[in-house]
Amino acid sequence: MDSLNALVLILNFIVVPAAAYGAQLALGALGVTLIYGILRFSNFAHGDTMAFGTGVTILVTWGLQALGVSLGPLPTALLALPIGILVTVLVVLATDRVVYRFYRRQRAKPVIVVIASVGVMFVMYALTRFIIGTDDRVFADGARFLITAADFKAWTGLAEGLAVKATSALTIAVAVAAVAFLFWFLNRTRTGKSMRAYADNEDLALLSGIDPEKVVRVTWIIATTLAVIAGVLYGLDKSFRPFNYFALLLPIFAAAVVGGLGNPLGAIAGGFLIAFSETAFTYAFKKFVSYLAPGGWEPEGLIQLLSTEYKFAVSFTILIIVLLFRPTGIFRGKSV
Amino acid sequence: MTYRARAALLFGIVAVLFLVEAFVFGTWNTALGIVNMALISAIMALGVNMQWGYAGLFNVGVVGFVALGGLAPALISMPPQTEAFLAGGWRIPLAIGVGVLSILAAIVANGRLAGRPRVLAIAAILIAGFAIYRTIFDPAVAIVETMNPAYAGHIGGLGIDSIFGWHGGVLLSWPIGALMAAAAAWVIGKTALGLRSDYLAIATLGIGEIIIAVMKNEDWLARGVKNLTNIPQPVPYEIDLQQSAYWRGWAEAFGTDPVTFSTIFVKLCWMVFFVAVLLALIWLSERALNSPWGRMMRAIRDNETAAEAMGKDVTRRHLQIFIIGSAVCGLAGAMMVTMLGQITPSSYTPLRFTFLVWVMVIVGGSGNNWGAVLGAFLLYYLYIKVEDWGPDAMKWLTESMQPGPIRDHLTDMASHARMLALGIILLLVLRFSPRGLLPER
Repeated sequence: MDSLNALVLILNFIVVPAAAYGAQLALGALGVTLIYGILRFSNFAHGDTMAFGTGVTILVTWGLQALGVSLGPLPTALLALPIGILVTVLVVLATDRVVYRFYRRQRAKPVIVVIASVGVMFVMYALTRFIIGTDDRVFADGARFLITAADFKAWTGLAEGLAVKATSALTIAVAVAAVAFLFWFLNRTRTGKSMRAYADNEDLALLSGIDPEKVVRVTWIIATTLAVIAGVLYGLDKSFRPFNYFALLLPIFAAAVVGGLGNPLGAIAGGFLIAFSETAFTYAFKKFVSYLAPGGWEPEGLIQLLSTEYKFAVSFTILIIVLLFRPTGIFRGKSV
Repeated sequence: MTYRARAALLFGIVAVLFLVEAFVFGTWNTALGIVNMALISAIMALGVNMQWGYAGLFNVGVVGFVALGGLAPALISMPPQTEAFLAGGWRIPLAIGVGVLSILAAIVANGRLAGRPRVLAIAAILIAGFAIYRTIFDPAVAIVETMNPAYAGHIGGLGIDSIFGWHGGVLLSWPIGALMAAAAAWVIGKTALGLRSDYLAIATLGIGEIIIAVMKNEDWLARGVKNLTNIPQPVPYEIDLQQSAYWRGWAEAFGTDPVTFSTIFVKLCWMVFFVAVLLALIWLSERALNSPWGRMMRAIRDNETAAEAMGKDVTRRHLQIFIIGSAVCGLAGAMMVTMLGQITPSSYTPLRFTFLVWVMVIVGGSGNNWGAVLGAFLLYYLYIKVEDWGPDAMKWLTESMQPGPIRDHLTDMASHARMLALGIILLLVLRFSPRGLLPER
């Protein structure tokens, strides 16, 4: 019984939250990795693009809520999401037109484009705060839990409860759907294939008559869509604060690098690896140990490897270890 | 226009801006306050310029190096907390020593062993090291933090303050701050340099955030978010000046009140220190830039492959300049903390201390030290003033509107105008004048 309780404890406090967080990171890292693969630079504006898209979605959600529109148990934000994506895609395509296209034509060094993306980040940062301010925004509605801790205890008779937030379940479902669509698109459609060809060998792809502008446009659209989905899911699951999205850059980059920049499969694996390590390293294992230890012995300390404030240190350490021992990522990435 | 005329004109414009601040918008006091912070920002910009302008390295963790350097004044000059130290505080450095030793042991194991034993040995060393570190560290921290938490609760410093009755001991912390930042840069550079260029950016982004997280959460170090105040300063205190009759006589002779006169005098004293450091740094780095070493650096920046073919060790040189540049940022951080007299970890935001400094360098002219200084003065001035101008302009624009939530929201959002301004300036300069206002010669 105690070992079952210990298992439920781990499921409740590590596996379920980390799976949801990992799905959010994976969606973000997919965007970063796609942009790296096709446009060949690390997009520092990605976090603030997520924040901007989420901000727009929240505004639309509020509008819908005021009109009395509701999806029942599902959050209204899902209805608003397509509009948020559309607006953000338009803004991002505009930045590509105004900012990035010039450097692409110049064949500028990647690091110059990275700095340009920092400029775009500033603009996105300001736009987000213009439309929604800096405060914490809670916009989740609908059902709160898929399974509540009390229900779980009643069903199983265990001392530990397992709660699954509706938003966590939704996050994983949406992420699976988005990733399935992405892989179908990349592997089965003509545009997807031309994107992969362009990522593999730009010159050869141009010679075969692939329109680079179209490839770039589709890349931005996909990466932005994934970013907004990730941002909204993160906002629903936790809460929306623009600055947190800037701070998400590090775990997202770490996930993309760990998986191998430019490798979509790697980005997903990296996202979950980072999320699970962050959650496990900052979880206090005191109760877990006391369940498993014989004779009701309880450890004195919390048995917490790192306090939660240092969860970024976990992604950073993983990043450093990967850079030291396998600089192209666990799944071989590409190098410019 | 010749380069010299251009430089004179641009620096003239900056001087006029500050005079306008002194006479029109604000007072001498506010103008000098901006000048002093601009001087510190100029030193940060010099550090970033060494990395970017000389070597083409993209460091996104400037804020971390600045914050780390800022710890030095506390560690050097704050009075020692003897009681806390004897009660258990001494075990904190011991624990950190154990941590460092176990990492070193892991590195040795990594070099000596191979295959499966290597992985096992490294894992064993690190896990054991971490366990020992935590067993020593946790109780020691608990002891230190419960000792007079209202005003202390940290390990204190070395108490180096007075030299022959002058409170100049804190100046020693400036080079120490630089050394601390250099050490952090060595660790990062060793890992991320020599790999593809984006990796350095991502790794420095990480180290920046981690240093800030440590400063916020490790209360035993410098009280974390409770802020550490009353760091001694090498210039006289305003309050002491105001209380001396001799000083009040001087103020009367100038026809001002003693309070204003003393604040201006103290700011001028700081300025002397900062200008001296800035000029020394520029002189040193100009000498370096025009030496064979500097030419080698620029050759590496402009064509790494060719430089490597000529037998230059690109990664080593990159590491060298990365460490030097970060040290300069650390120096600036120590200077800033000394001037402010306090450490406030929550004020270290990447936008202010990383990205703003970057914009300064790029706008001023990457690769040109005077350009970096010019950019620092111009951008810091704008950074401070646009914050006021945005809401003012918005107030003026919305004057005819009904007071209400929309008008409030518009005024509110205008305070973020400076980020928009910074972003647009960066993008415009990068696109239309990538060499900056004062191009490299």
